[in-house]
Amino acid sequence: MNRVVDALAPAVLILLLLAGWEAACRLTGVPAYFLPPPSKVMLAAASGLTVLVPAAWNTLSVALVALVLAAGAALALALLVGLSPLLERAVRPLASALQVTPVVAVAPLILIWVGIDHPERAVIALAVLVAFFPIFSGTVTGLRSADPDLERLFDLYGASRLQRVLRLRLPAAVPFLMEGLKVGAGLAIIGAVVAEFAAGSGGVRGLAWQILDAGNKLQTDRMIAALVVLAVMGVAVHAGLERLEGAGLRWWRGR
Amino acid sequence: MSPTAALQEVEVDYQGRGRALGPLSLTIEAGEIVALVGPSGCGKSTALRLLAGLEPATRGQVHRAVGRGETSVVFQAPTLAPWMSAAANVALPLELAGTPRPEARARAAEALARVGLAGVGESRPAQLSGGMAMRASLARALVTRPRLLMLDEPFAALDEITRRTLADDVLHLWSETRPAIVFVTHNVEEAAYMASRIVVLTRGPGRIAGEVRVDAPLPRPPGFRAWPVFAEAAEAVSGLLAAGSEAVA
Repeated sequence: MNRVVDALAPAVLILLLLAGWEAACRLTGVPAYFLPPPSKVMLAAASGLTVLVPAAWNTLSVALVALVLAAGAALALALLVGLSPLLERAVRPLASALQVTPVVAVAPLILIWVGIDHPERAVIALAVLVAFFPIFSGTVTGLRSADPDLERLFDLYGASRLQRVLRLRLPAAVPFLMEGLKVGAGLAIIGAVVAEFAAGSGGVRGLAWQILDAGNKLQTDRMIAALVVLAVMGVAVHAGLERLEGAGLRWWRGR
Repeated sequence: MSPTAALQEVEVDYQGRGRALGPLSLTIEAGEIVALVGPSGCGKSTALRLLAGLEPATRGQVHRAVGRGETSVVFQAPTLAPWMSAAANVALPLELAGTPRPEARARAAEALARVGLAGVGESRPAQLSGGMAMRASLARALVTRPRLLMLDEPFAALDEITRRTLADDVLHLWSETRPAIVFVTHNVEEAAYMASRIVVLTRGPGRIAGEVRVDAPLPRPPGFRAWPVFAEAAEAVSGLLAAGSEAVA
């Protein structure tokens, strides 16, 4: 009984909010370009579905490609840094400086460098930039997370540096790597959307472009419909990754 | 016979914490079972790591007659890698030393059988009970056929019944290959039951408060805990512990 109530609670809240919104629009007679009622948004979403779904896929595929590239680069660099403490000290400040610089601020530069002929590459590059750091720092932390007594056993049995990395530190880092991938995937979507905004008109036709285009035409219902699709996509990706992480952890722990 | 390992006037200082151990001299003869007993923080685990060659002494000398791969350590926690099966964990020391995988796995299965874990090789550590995980840890220590076996409070996290059974099992396993065993404990009865010689350390930084020999057959005969020699040894160790604590307090 309680579980049914728990599951229904968010749906009920959403319905209540939508009903309040609809009622407010009808009672106040606010113009639709300013705030369209949810019924109009739903109509816009339904009629625009053939445009919105491919647009969502554009954004999602950019984010996924960026995630794969970022994961590869982050893992390789983390391993190098894990092998050499000196390299880590050298890389750390640079890495954090890049990390705290907002992607919007870097976007114009990247667009000049790679985006003039291939705007989609610039969008991928920007998404890689934001997805890289959680994976990198997660893996670096993970590589140092092995049980100190297990490290002592590796000392005792005279393990080589390579054996220590491959048989102890890398497997010990797996849960951290999975957490980093989960966070990185979420950021890759955000990065892709921000980059699409920065790229501006027409080069890359993802969800952000849909929002921009509708905004320029003052089609507020289309803007909100695109936002809703974006939110639904984000929630779905997050839930999927959460499950994947759970399954991965069960496999890693054997339970 | 030359000693298996020895500490000569060693001292260990830790940065920021001051002296942790010593001055301390201790000789471990081949095949003997020595218990290191002392209050928390007296440096007994440090002494164990010195004997194992895992840590250098700040001053003094550490002599080890055992080569690489002839020393094994069992820690307070089972310290098994969660991502590997029990058999892979036990085979690890051999594989790190370059033993071919099939042979390492065969010897791991044999070692698991010796500690009473035949058939659980494919289980992951998370699927084993505390006692079983400790046995797997013991199997990993024995798989290299060490000449020096270090046990760092190995049964501290286990219930009384399990630790008594494991104590007998360790003694029987010892009688098969007779490695020198050094084990750290703060349990007086456990020390008197398992060791032929009990070295009592003072409150930290640990020095030797005294030594008690237990002249009785090893492995222990049934009902040994009711023997006068057991009770006397335990009493003597308790007395030394109390004296060692007062000396500094």
